[in-house]
Amino acid sequence: MDRNWNNKAWFLVLPMLVLVAFSAIIPLMTVVNYSVQDTFGNNQFFWAGLEWFEEVLHSNRFWQALGRNLIFSGIILAIEVPLGILIALNMPKKGVGVAVCLVLMSLPLLIPWNVVGTIWQVFGRVDIGLLGYALASLGIDYNYVQDPFDAWVTVVLMDVWHWTSLVVLLCYAGLVSIPDAYYQAAKIDGASRWSVFRFIQLPKMQRVLLIAVLLRFMDSFMIYTEPFVVTGGGPGNSTTFLSIDLVKIAIGQFDLGPAAAMSLIYFLIVLLMSWVFYTVMTNLGQGDQR
Amino acid sequence: MARIDLDHIRHSYLSSPKTDADFALKEVHHQWDDGGAYALLGPSGCGKTTLLNVISGLVHPSRGRILFDGKDVTALTPEQRNIAQVFQFPVIYDTMTVFDNLAFPLRNRRFAEDEVKRKVTETLEMIDLSDLADKKARGLTADQKQKISLGRGLVRSDVNAILFDEPLTVIDPHMKWVLRSQLKQLHKRFGHTMVYVTHDQTEALTFADKVMVMYEGEIVQIGTPSELFERPSHTFVGYFIGSPGMNVFPVALDSDTARLGSQTIDLPGSVTTEKGAKTELGVRPEYVQLGRAGLPITIHAVEDIGRHKIVRARLEGLDLAAIVPEHGEIPADPHITFDPKGINIYANSWRQDLRGRPWTETGTTRPGF
Repeated sequence: MDRNWNNKAWFLVLPMLVLVAFSAIIPLMTVVNYSVQDTFGNNQFFWAGLEWFEEVLHSNRFWQALGRNLIFSGIILAIEVPLGILIALNMPKKGVGVAVCLVLMSLPLLIPWNVVGTIWQVFGRVDIGLLGYALASLGIDYNYVQDPFDAWVTVVLMDVWHWTSLVVLLCYAGLVSIPDAYYQAAKIDGASRWSVFRFIQLPKMQRVLLIAVLLRFMDSFMIYTEPFVVTGGGPGNSTTFLSIDLVKIAIGQFDLGPAAAMSLIYFLIVLLMSWVFYTVMTNLGQGDQR
Repeated sequence: MARIDLDHIRHSYLSSPKTDADFALKEVHHQWDDGGAYALLGPSGCGKTTLLNVISGLVHPSRGRILFDGKDVTALTPEQRNIAQVFQFPVIYDTMTVFDNLAFPLRNRRFAEDEVKRKVTETLEMIDLSDLADKKARGLTADQKQKISLGRGLVRSDVNAILFDEPLTVIDPHMKWVLRSQLKQLHKRFGHTMVYVTHDQTEALTFADKVMVMYEGEIVQIGTPSELFERPSHTFVGYFIGSPGMNVFPVALDSDTARLGSQTIDLPGSVTTEKGAKTELGVRPEYVQLGRAGLPITIHAVEDIGRHKIVRARLEGLDLAAIVPEHGEIPADPHITFDPKGINIYANSWRQDLRGRPWTETGTTRPGF
């Protein structure tokens, strides 16, 4: 088919292209540049090929951090998605309760990451924190600074507290868009509460759930600020996630080459996992829709 | 299948209704026969859907009782009442196949699987969706989805009644006609009590044996299509049924004559109304005869709609519509007379009987409308 392309249209895209170039493409290319070079200071760089990539992929430290990241994302998805759905299902659909619930749900989302970290760092302290003190006085041995398990519990709890609201709000948006007639028809058809959830609410929430899972996966997989503030990656390396490790290598040890290689691998993993989630979840719904 | 008694039903969506205006349903007290096909006709917001939901149990009435075959079901849930209801917009279970959609109400009631299969297959054939049985329901067109909704309503043969809430709104005009005649056939074949809510008079009149016209939360008339046409018991029925609606003029009554402005109209009988009542004379455009004698009018428009012409005129400063035959003559100095058998007298909007009418009130034939 013959079409006249108006090439002037590209000028309209140009401002966005410039913006994206400065915010994403140029930094990314800089990282690519670092990842294949070595330096001994004095701003002199030598070609290193894929050496850094091999080093990263053969380091136990990288695989352990990646493992911790995957476990962390798995745990918080397993908690936040069902919990978010459950809360959304039980939120009021009309009346003043709606506004109250929505405001309460939005509050954690409005708090900056580092403040969330600080809140929980104080909250969990055995000497002055409400949670730590309460647990200690109940006779539970809780110390997130020394015990890896307690540190994990704290970080997971903090993330659940901070981000379940997001899942709730998305699911709630999906739920209130279901017309009343569906519930009425279900009543007439004699459907059980479970059937209503399984065949009406869940299918209608599927799109927003996809977004919720994607956002929560990507965010939790890249989590940095909160554990950095609360545990600093410790005790030992027990809460050192990829991002924390990356910052240690890049800024702490100033090993730019390995850090750059690691960021690229990290980036590709996030991209790949998001693609897998997206494909699986969209296919789940549309299965044999033709 | 059941006889449905509505015993002084009133319903308000407010928690503590005070005046009549607070009630969505003012007072409904009627008996619907077992196996009847009823249509609830009325404008949007007149309480049709509320009444339907009261019957199915989705809404519990503020006052009054509902009885199925004499048994009080007011406190029962929709499931316990064993009612089928089809809604205005298609309700389908997206993730299920067409077959499973129809099987859903049966499986919920623990029918044996071979009976489910038999009933669903039979219903699918009725609504002409057999070839789509194994398709996922979400990919279908609006027509097909609404057929699934209808199918779920029809698949249970033991229901007490099937309620339709404007089910054909989203359907294409030609499909509407097909589905409506299918419903009519199903009614003949299985004899379910069917209640059909609509704001479309053609739909109501073609579907039902008895049409109930609702207005502002009340049933203002129940009748056969011809009764609604010939003897509208409320001026609203006159306006609402027929196209164009009935002409209604404010008149002063004097036993067997009515005065309209400077004109006097002879009535076919005498009528007395209580003092101070608002009195009106209603006559359908079909019973207004155009000629050279009678009441003088001024014509301002003539609409030729093919079968006949609609003359829009003014009589004593009031709007009037008259239907004249396609090739009827429209005189230069037009006058009108009212056919005596088309004259209705209303006091406070309700129809009054005329004493000494020279013909019977029943057995009138319905002009085509």
